[in-house]
Amino acid sequence: MGLRRKKARTLLTLLSVAMAFALFGLLDAVRVAFTAPQNLAGIDRLVVTSRFSIIQPLPFAQLNRIRAVPGVRRIAWANWFGGIYQDPKNFFPTIAVSPQPFLDIHSEIVLSAAERQAFVATRTGAIVGAALAERFGWKPGDRIPLQATIFPTRDGGIVWMLDLVGIFHAAQPELRGMEQQLFFNYAYVDEAREFGQGTVGWYIVQVDDPAHVDRIALTIDRLFANSSDETKSQSERDFQLSFAKQIGDIGLIVTAIMGAVFFALILLTGNTMAQAIRDRIPELAVLKTIGFTRHLILSIVLAESMLLLMLGGAAGLVLARLSLPVLSAASGGQFDLPMAAQTWWVGLALALAIGLAVGLPPALRAMRLGIVDALSGR
Amino acid sequence: MSALIEIRDVSKSYERGRQRIEVLHRIDLDVPPGDFLALMGPSGSGKTTLLNMIAGIDTPSEGSITVAGRRIDTLSATELARWRAAHVGFVFQFYNLLPMLTAQKNVELPLLLTRLSAAQRRHNARIALELVGLGDRIAHRPGELSGGQQQRVAIARAIVSDPTLLVCDEPTGDLDRHSAEEVLTLLQRLNREYGKTMIMVTHDPRAAEFARRVLHLDKGSLVDAGASA
Repeated sequence: MGLRRKKARTLLTLLSVAMAFALFGLLDAVRVAFTAPQNLAGIDRLVVTSRFSIIQPLPFAQLNRIRAVPGVRRIAWANWFGGIYQDPKNFFPTIAVSPQPFLDIHSEIVLSAAERQAFVATRTGAIVGAALAERFGWKPGDRIPLQATIFPTRDGGIVWMLDLVGIFHAAQPELRGMEQQLFFNYAYVDEAREFGQGTVGWYIVQVDDPAHVDRIALTIDRLFANSSDETKSQSERDFQLSFAKQIGDIGLIVTAIMGAVFFALILLTGNTMAQAIRDRIPELAVLKTIGFTRHLILSIVLAESMLLLMLGGAAGLVLARLSLPVLSAASGGQFDLPMAAQTWWVGLALALAIGLAVGLPPALRAMRLGIVDALSGR
Repeated sequence: MSALIEIRDVSKSYERGRQRIEVLHRIDLDVPPGDFLALMGPSGSGKTTLLNMIAGIDTPSEGSITVAGRRIDTLSATELARWRAAHVGFVFQFYNLLPMLTAQKNVELPLLLTRLSAAQRRHNARIALELVGLGDRIAHRPGELSGGQQQRVAIARAIVSDPTLLVCDEPTGDLDRHSAEEVLTLLQRLNREYGKTMIMVTHDPRAAEFARRVLHLDKGSLVDAGASA
């Protein structure tokens, strides 16, 4: 009833609420993308990095000692290459890997048998995800000149010529983000780079039983304790999280931004509700006069406030849901931003809570309204 | 005939700072059923305060008010609200209609507090609007009606739940003479044809002429009693 009284004010408030909740939906999707467990595909995998920093290389000599740890089924190795294609803005993950064990361990990377064979057999071979291939129009047989940002070649050049031997797909839709990556042969890098021979960025260890992940991680780290190359072994999910945390604590950033947004929203809608009730004091007095009880008046005002926030909140979340595929596409699929069910529930619960918080003070005021004073305009 | 409203030794005073202001002083009054009583008096004489107490939107500082055999001065705020919903219809000087609701929805408001179905509420509201001569204005909002029409909608709202008592506070105070006469004639008709008990506060002697009885208040006391029309 009161919401229709000043339609422009209600509409503008609704838009403010919708924008705040759209922002919440988007940021929470980012948080989920960075922090949620990716998939069951990696639950039997450990990532072994330097204990001190993810960018500190590990000696290749550790390989056989790790492989000998009981419970280790397979081991692959990888090195962040940090290459760019043609232009610095064409940045995407480029990682040098050990082709055979890498593909054996990562069953979620889907390649044809021929492409798989070509990748293993070709020293300069590379495979790219379908989304990345589509982005640059690549097809098998193309030569990709990759510019190094970390590793120049021994002759001082920065261009690494790669032969595209396969285009892979992710085994599951939720892993589509990996289709933005380029993998190429570690042996080629290690042989031709100017420095860093005999080192790897990290080892990827597949264990015989996911239940043994923690025990095996501890065993590996103890193996190299007090050496010059101490290791930090963690589950693949923890590794991804720590990788994301290089950008910052995403959860904290999202919480801080949303805290500021919702604080502003509470002030804005609180002011709007207070003004709306001030405008309607004579009407509320009439309702009380004709027999609406104090609690009924309280309920009416609270319901209006919560309805306003729920409508705006739901509209904002829907807007976020519709925007996420667009944003994912804009990132070239690099970030798959799903709208988790939890985001919906938390968003709607927040809308309800804010509606209650901003509605309660004017509702109490309306409930306590003295009829005689209100009718006489005092 | 026993009185519908019995007011006994009622006083009302307010504290303003350290000052105590007595608005009504030891009022005794009986209003029989079917009466149409006009309360007159200068500004500040206490007539609206007395009306408010009879209607249950204000309470006396001393004394008792009994309506249809029920003491209302001892009821809680919630009990009073329920009592008003069941027993009192209000007509205000400035109509006090809700501007975003149609005439019909305004008239339906008191019925929201009953157990009537939506269809029954609509039906009753239409009957009330037809009774006040606005059957063709049910879909109009207050802003689309003249002052006299708005007051007639307010009267329809006041009678739609068939209350025991109608209280009118300066019902013609904001109307031109022609509209005022229409409204007063309507109130008189409701009293004479439908037996509605009415108490009306007015400054206007011509309005008071439509009542059966006129009482004057001055400085919080009833000063005389007389009959009219």
